[in-house]
Amino acid sequence: MSIWLTIDNLGLTEGGTRIIDAVSLSLSAQRTLVLGPNGAGKSTLLRLIHGLLHPSSGALRWSQPLSQAMVFQRPVMLRTTALANVVYGLKLKGCTAHECDRRARQALAHVGLETLAKRPARLLSGGEQQRVALARAWALEPELLILDEPTASLDPASSREVERIINEIAAGGARILMTTHNLGQARRVAEEIVFIDRGRIAEQTPVAEFFKLPRTPAAQDFLQEEMP
Amino acid sequence: MHEFNEPLITAWQLVAAADERLAGIVLLSLRVSLAATLIACIVGMPIGALLAVGRFPGRRVLIVLFNGLMGLPPVVVGLLIYLMLSRAGPLGAFGLLFSPEAMIIAQAVLVTPIVAALTRQVIADEWSEYREQLRSLGASRTRAAATLLWDGRFSLSTAALAGFGRAIAEVGAVMIVGGNIDGVTRVMTTTIALETSKGDLPLALALGFILIAVVLAINAVAYALRGWAERHWG
Repeated sequence: MSIWLTIDNLGLTEGGTRIIDAVSLSLSAQRTLVLGPNGAGKSTLLRLIHGLLHPSSGALRWSQPLSQAMVFQRPVMLRTTALANVVYGLKLKGCTAHECDRRARQALAHVGLETLAKRPARLLSGGEQQRVALARAWALEPELLILDEPTASLDPASSREVERIINEIAAGGARILMTTHNLGQARRVAEEIVFIDRGRIAEQTPVAEFFKLPRTPAAQDFLQEEMP
Repeated sequence: MHEFNEPLITAWQLVAAADERLAGIVLLSLRVSLAATLIACIVGMPIGALLAVGRFPGRRVLIVLFNGLMGLPPVVVGLLIYLMLSRAGPLGAFGLLFSPEAMIIAQAVLVTPIVAALTRQVIADEWSEYREQLRSLGASRTRAAATLLWDGRFSLSTAALAGFGRAIAEVGAVMIVGGNIDGVTRVMTTTIALETSKGDLPLALALGFILIAVVLAINAVAYALRGWAERHWG
């Protein structure tokens, strides 16, 4: 894939603290994982790219406008059915009631939840709720799907299911930009790793290379701590 | 003790016999306060939601204002509405003074800030949870406010309830704009005040019991509704 996003000297300062510090980056891989220790600024970087936060300095330059969707660590479900939660996202983008319903059902089927479509979303298990959130994002057919630690609070079985869905969305052609604390997952999903440390990009490396021999000491320390 | 027991018994007899005069007073009370609460919810809930979600100049001032107006003295509201509705006032042409409609207006004015302020708190809590997701999906702030009002509908019953409790229990505003006219604008609280001052304790007591019972019953229903909603929708 050619470069789809160029991040130019991006900075975010909040209350005198530099959370993102002069980040420059070109993203061209279809599946990029952002790794780094807690508080490194991974989630903040994703939010800046998604437009939920405004940078204090620098800019994002999109090679072409990409439709986006984001999945958060904790799925946010409205007090209605699973189906209506998916329909809600579609309606905001504007589609007829019939079309919204059809696409929402299709998305729920993709994540294996068609039988739970009419269940109250908030009473589903954590893993099921995250799959509804994925369906809600998937139904929008985004060109870029951003995921902020989507499996952080899930059990291993649910994590694998979420991972399968992410891979399937990627197989449909969407770009994936994601953070995770699960290095096995990073290895399975990513093409390229962006390693970030204290708000700065430490390195940007193809996945195989990163796990064999990271270039920077910070990433080496990180891998050693996370994978004894 | 005897002085207390006898009115108590008479009061109970009035309630048990579903005394016509008593029933009229109770129904008028309910009609006025329910209508006022309904209006207050229609006006106050969107205001509260927009105060929680919106971003506009003067928002903080409005929040402080509405919180402050929660403690609005009923007699002052009554006086202001009286001035508006009196023949020489700006709304005098409608001839509403000393009518149930005037009482509804006064109570709606009294209760709207309560509903708005409580709604703002409920929606602000929801907003902190939903904010990123709703913005990610592309919801405008107005749309987000509407979504959160619907999503928080069961929690918001508390705001409506607080408003109704205030309306049904107040005496100052309805007394001034209604005039406490027998059979026309006499409600439970104004009757209690009047009959007590006249020394007719049984009717006052009977109304007191009913007032408490109504408030308790409505709270119980709302509590049950919230419990059901939480089990059903999470």
